[in-house]
Amino acid sequence: MDLLASLSPVYAEIFLLVMVSVILIVDQLIVNQTKTVTYLLVQFSLLGCSLITVATHQEGIVHLFNNMFVDDMMSDVLKLLTYLSVSMMLVYSRSYLLLRGLFTCEFMALALFATMGMMVMISASNFLSLYLGLELLALSLYAMVALQRDSAVATESAMKYFILGAMASGFLLYGMSMLYGATGSLDVYRIAEVIQHGTPNTTLMVFGLAFIVAGLAFKLGAVPFHMWVPDVYHGAPTAMTMFIGSAPKLAAFAFVMRILVEAMQPLMIHWSGMLMVLAVLSMAVGNITAIAQTNIKRMLAYSTIAHMGFMLLGVLSGSIEGYGSSMFYAVVYVLMSLGGFGMIMLLSREGFEADSLNDFKGLNQRSPWLAFMMLLLMFSMAGVPPTVGFYAKFSVLNAALQAGHIPLVVMAVLFSLIGAFYYLRIVKLMYFDAPESHEKIYIQPDSTLLVSINGLAVLLLGIMPGTLMSVCAVSVQQSLLH
Amino acid sequence: MIFGYPLLSVVIWLPILFGLLVLATGNDRNAQMARVIALVGAVLSFLVTIPLYTGFDRLTSDMQFVVHDEWITRFNIFYYLGVDGISVLFILLNAFFTPLVVIAGWKVIEKRVAQYMAAFLIMSGLVNGVFAALDAVLFYVFWEAMLIPMFIIIGVWGGPNRVYAAVKFFLYTLMGSLLMLVALLYLYMQSGGSFSILDFHRTPLPSLTVQVLLFIAFFMAFSVKVPMFPVHTWLPDAHVEAPTGGSVVLAAIMLKVGAYGFIRFSMPILPDASHYLAPVMIALSLIAVVYIGLVALTQADMKKLVAYSSISHMGFVTLGFFIFNEYGIEGALLQMISHGFVAGALFLCIGVLYDRVHSRQIVDYGGVANKMPVFAAFFMLFAMANSGLPGTSGFVGEFMVIMGAVKANFWYAFAAASTLIFGAAYTLWMYKRVIFGAVANDHVAHLHDIGARETLVFAILAVFVLVMGLYPLPFADIMHASVNDLLVHLNISKIPN
Repeated sequence: MDLLASLSPVYAEIFLLVMVSVILIVDQLIVNQTKTVTYLLVQFSLLGCSLITVATHQEGIVHLFNNMFVDDMMSDVLKLLTYLSVSMMLVYSRSYLLLRGLFTCEFMALALFATMGMMVMISASNFLSLYLGLELLALSLYAMVALQRDSAVATESAMKYFILGAMASGFLLYGMSMLYGATGSLDVYRIAEVIQHGTPNTTLMVFGLAFIVAGLAFKLGAVPFHMWVPDVYHGAPTAMTMFIGSAPKLAAFAFVMRILVEAMQPLMIHWSGMLMVLAVLSMAVGNITAIAQTNIKRMLAYSTIAHMGFMLLGVLSGSIEGYGSSMFYAVVYVLMSLGGFGMIMLLSREGFEADSLNDFKGLNQRSPWLAFMMLLLMFSMAGVPPTVGFYAKFSVLNAALQAGHIPLVVMAVLFSLIGAFYYLRIVKLMYFDAPESHEKIYIQPDSTLLVSINGLAVLLLGIMPGTLMSVCAVSVQQSLLH
Repeated sequence: MIFGYPLLSVVIWLPILFGLLVLATGNDRNAQMARVIALVGAVLSFLVTIPLYTGFDRLTSDMQFVVHDEWITRFNIFYYLGVDGISVLFILLNAFFTPLVVIAGWKVIEKRVAQYMAAFLIMSGLVNGVFAALDAVLFYVFWEAMLIPMFIIIGVWGGPNRVYAAVKFFLYTLMGSLLMLVALLYLYMQSGGSFSILDFHRTPLPSLTVQVLLFIAFFMAFSVKVPMFPVHTWLPDAHVEAPTGGSVVLAAIMLKVGAYGFIRFSMPILPDASHYLAPVMIALSLIAVVYIGLVALTQADMKKLVAYSSISHMGFVTLGFFIFNEYGIEGALLQMISHGFVAGALFLCIGVLYDRVHSRQIVDYGGVANKMPVFAAFFMLFAMANSGLPGTSGFVGEFMVIMGAVKANFWYAFAAASTLIFGAAYTLWMYKRVIFGAVANDHVAHLHDIGARETLVFAILAVFVLVMGLYPLPFADIMHASVNDLLVHLNISKIPN
C-alpha cells in the first residue's frame, strides 16, 4: 500500500498509458466512421488526467525513482495546461480531420502518446528521463505529420522534421554526454551541486553546454536552428501544425528550465549570452521574414520563431521573475496559437484549405463575430493592449530590463513593431477588403464555441492578467526551492 | 469618490458598455436601432461627466474623484484613476464631442452602422481612460487600446486610400508607444517598484543623460500623437482618408492626448531634461507653426488644409508648454480646448460639403453662399476662430501663448505671431474660394442648405466657440491650481548640485 501511495505523483502518467492501451483496443471493437466513442474516450482520459493531477497535488517538491522524476508546482501547472491545450486541439481539429479522413484512432493515440511524452519531459529531473520524454514526444509528432500519406507536401515536411529533429536530438545527447563526463552524473540536482561546489572541467562543460543549447534551439525553433519550422508548419495538416505549435512549447519551456536553470544555473554567464544571440536573431528573422509570407501557416510559423525569441528574453535575464515571465509568455503564446490555427481550420472546408492570407479577405462581412475573434487574437500576438499578449511582452521586457539588458529590450520592442505590421495586415484583410468568396462559412458548433471562448479569453485575461501571472511566477518560484 | 460611486469609472466604462450594446444589434437591418442606442449612450456618457465639472474643487492641485483599486498585484499595478484641473477639461471635451460625432454620422454612414457607432463609443471611453489614468500601465493600456477603434474607423469607412492611411497611422503611433513602454519600465525600476504616475513625479533621476534618454522615449510617443514636426506626416493622410467623424475625433481629441502626455509625463518627471531640451522643442514647435502654416497655404484639398492647420496650431501648444511660464502653459491648454472645438467644427463643415458633392477639392466649389446661406454663416464663424479673431475661442489661447513667449524671448513670440497672418491667410483664402463668388458648377447649383440635425450640431459648437472667446474664465479658472503645481514641479531640479 505504501508503495502504491508513494507512486501518487505518477498516477496521471500511468492512467494515461492505461487509457491509451484501452483506446487502442476499444477502437478495434467498435466500427464507427466518425470515431465518436474513441474521441470521447480520449477527451475523458485527458479530463481524468487533469483530475488526477489536481488530486495528487502535493505541497513542495517530491522526487521519485532515484530523482528521475520530480513533481512540483511548476510541473503540475504545466501538465494541466498541456491537457487543456491537447483537448482544445482535438475539439478544433475533429471536423477538419473528419473531412480529410484523418480522424483515425492512430491520430488520437499518437496525440496521447505525445501528451505522455510531454508529461515526462515536464516532470523529468534527470537527463535520461528528459531525453526519454523528448523522444516520445518527437516520434509521435513525426508520425502525426506523416499521417496524411497521400499528400506529398505533408510527407516531405515529415521527412524534414524527422531528419532535423533527429539531428537536434543527436546534438542534445552529445552535449549531455559532455556534461556527464565533466560532472559524473546525469541527475539534474547532482550536476548543479558538482558545478557549484566541485571542480569540474569548465571547458568540457561549456562545450557540452553549447551543444545542449543548440539542441534546445532546434526544438524551440530559434534562429539559426529554425529552418524546419516554416516547412513543417506549412506542410503538415493544419491540425498537426496546431498541435506542434501549442502544447510542446510548454514542455519545451519545462525542458529549458530543468536543463539550463535547475542543472546549470551557475553557468548562467555562459548560457545567457548564447540565448541572447538566439533571442535577437529569432526576433529579427522571425518578424522580418513573416512580412513576406502569403501563406498564413508559414506566417504563423515565423511568428512562432519570433515569439520564441521573446520567450527566451525572460529566461536569459536569469532571475526568478524572468523565468516566471517566460512561463507566462509560453502559456499565453499557446493560447493565441491555438486560437489562430483554430480559426484557419474553422474557415477550411472539404477540399479547401483556408491557409492563404487572401482567404481572410472580407471576413468581417461574412462573419463579424469570427472576424472580431481573429482581430483579438492578432492584436494579442502583436502585443497590443488590452489583450493578454501585451502582458506577456510586458513581463518579459520588464524582467530583461531589471537584469540590465536595456539595448536588448529596445531591440525587442523595435522588432515587435515590425511584427505588428503583419498581424495588422490580417486585420486589414478581414475588415477593409472585400471578400473573395461569399460562400457561407460552415459553422461547426463546437469549434465555433471554442474559438469564441479562446478569443474572449485573450481579451479577459488581458483585462485581468494578475492571476495567471501569479500562478506562473509562484510555480516557478516553488520549483526552484530545493 | 463622490456621491458614493466611482464617478470616473462610470465615465470610462459607460460609453464602452453602450458600444458593446450597439455592436450587439448586429447587421445593418437594425441600423436605426444602432443609431438610437448610440445616441442615447453618447448623451448619457456626456451627462455623467458633468458632475466632474460641477463637483470639482478649483482650489487644490490634488487629484480628485480618485479611484484606487488593486489590479495586478504582482507588479504593483493599480486601477488608479483621478483627475486634476488639466485632465478634467479634456474628459469633458471628449465626452462633449461623442454625441456630435454620432449625429454627424447619422445619415452618412450606411454600411455597418453598428460597428461604426460602436467604434466611436468605445474609443470615447478609452480616451477618457487615458486622461483619467494615474497608473502608468493603465495609462498605457488605454493609450494603445484606443488605436484599435481608430484604425478600424479609418480603414473601413475612409476614403480611397484608407488602407495606407490606417496602417501608417497605426505603425507610427505604435512605434512611439513601444519606446514609451521601455521608459515606463525603467521608471518602475527606479521608483522602487511603483507604476503610479504621481510617484514617478517624485522619483529621483540624478543623471541628466538618463533623463534625456527617457525624454526622448516619451517624446517619440507624444510627439507622434501631437503631431510635431517632423513626425507629423501621418496626420494629413489619416485626416484626408478618415470619415468625417473620424477626422473630428482625431483633431478634437486624439491630438490632445499627445500634448497631455507632455504635461503629465515628460515635464514633471523629467524637469531637467525638459529645460535642457526646451530649445529643441521650441524650435520644432516654431517650425510647425511657421513652416506648416505655409504648407497649409498651398493645399488644394480642404481636409488637408485643415489638417495642416491643426499641426500648426498644435505647434502653438507645444511652444506654450516649453516656455515654462503660466501664460504659456495655460494659453496652450486653452488653445487645445479651442482647437478641439474649432478644428472639429471645420471638419464637420467640410463633411457637410463632402456629403453633398463628394469632393474635398477647393476648385470644385465656389459660390456656395448663394445656395447655403446658413451654412456659410456658421462656416464663417469657425473660419474666423481658426484664424484667431478676437472674440472667438481661437484668440484667447494664441494671445496668451504669445504673451508668454514674449516673456521668454521676443523672437519666439515674433515667429509665433506670424501664425496670426498665415492662419488668417490660408483659412480665409480657402473660405473665399469655396463660399464666395459666382456659382461654380452644377453640383454647387444643386446644393441644399443644412437641415435641422446639422444646424443643431453647428449651433452648439458656435455657442462654445463664442463663449470661450468672450468669457474664457470658466475654462482657465479650473486649471489654475494644477498649472501652478506643474510649474513648481518643473522648477525643482532632480539633479543634485
